Amino acid sequence: MPPADADRTVTPFPVGLWEQPQPSVPGEAADDAVQRIRVPASITYRYTPGAAPTRFLRGLAGKRILGEKDPVNGDVYVPPRGMSPIVGLPTTEQVELPDRGTLSAFCVVHIGFGVNAPPTPFVSALVLLDGAAVSLYGTLLEIPIEEVRIGMRVQAVWVDDDQLEPSFESIRYWKPLDEPDVAAELLKGHM
Amino acid sequence: MTTDTGGVGEILEAPLVIEYPFNRTTGPVIGAFLTGLREQRVLGIRGADGRVVCPPTEYDPQTGEPLTEMVEVGTEGVVTSWSTVTTPRDGQPLPGHHTLALVRLDGADTAMLHVVDGHVATGDRVRIRWADERQGLITDIAAFEPIRGGA
Repeated sequence: MPPADADRTVTPFPVGLWEQPQPSVPGEAADDAVQRIRVPASITYRYTPGAAPTRFLRGLAGKRILGEKDPVNGDVYVPPRGMSPIVGLPTTEQVELPDRGTLSAFCVVHIGFGVNAPPTPFVSALVLLDGAAVSLYGTLLEIPIEEVRIGMRVQAVWVDDDQLEPSFESIRYWKPLDEPDVAAELLKGHM
Repeated sequence: MTTDTGGVGEILEAPLVIEYPFNRTTGPVIGAFLTGLREQRVLGIRGADGRVVCPPTEYDPQTGEPLTEMVEVGTEGVVTSWSTVTTPRDGQPLPGHHTLALVRLDGADTAMLHVVDGHVATGDRVRIRWADERQGLITDIAAFEPIRGGA
């Protein structure tokens, strides 16, 4: 029997993680016993992102990244949620941000999931766009994993123009930018 | 109803599926139970007080001590409680009107939750209808069927 996860990419686990006692069925040989099962669970929603994220998503369809400004302290939130999480007031002013920024955090993904996930292992990243107060989630490609570091400069890679949609997937991934790194201290408070 | 959309026009909407592709290790007890189902056998486990728990648990429900003695039970049993499903949703065990029931199999002292293909009442006898292709899952029991005229 093939392993239960044969239909998805998984890089090797530490030895022992999946080890367990063999099931014993009275009167049966144990070597073909069930040891793992797939138990998929799913919930289907009809998702409405709300007004501010709708503005953001429509911007992506035009290859523009639109944040919204906190009316009190001027911080720019992207993706915008329509209000400032700090002062609790609605954001009113839209701010166009560049599609360049700085890697503020990352992790190396070893278990692939999702229909559009790249082959494992790959780097899942938070990108602090220039002028933004908070980081945007994405995938970082075009660089060996061992060279990825916090503070490196990155740029968005968009889908082809005829594929642009009001969807976060209009940004395919992020790639390194040939610029000097940003000091980690400057990223404090912007994760 | 009118909604202030902040000048964006129509608010976007899209289907969103939250999915967890769990890959569960079954352990020696549930693994044995599922292996048994694949062979058209149902296994329970003997509890500390001698009662047979089915589906089997790794630990005694009362005392928490580890259990090891697998016991084969019958493929017929009695309905101890039930509820009807008139409009099944996607992913439910049967496409049409059906019954969810607690069934205590012959030789077991506890009941298991499964689907009954048909109408039943508490106390009715039911038997397992096995799936044609069994792979070591609870769905190897396709459904329980009422045993008409039996008691």
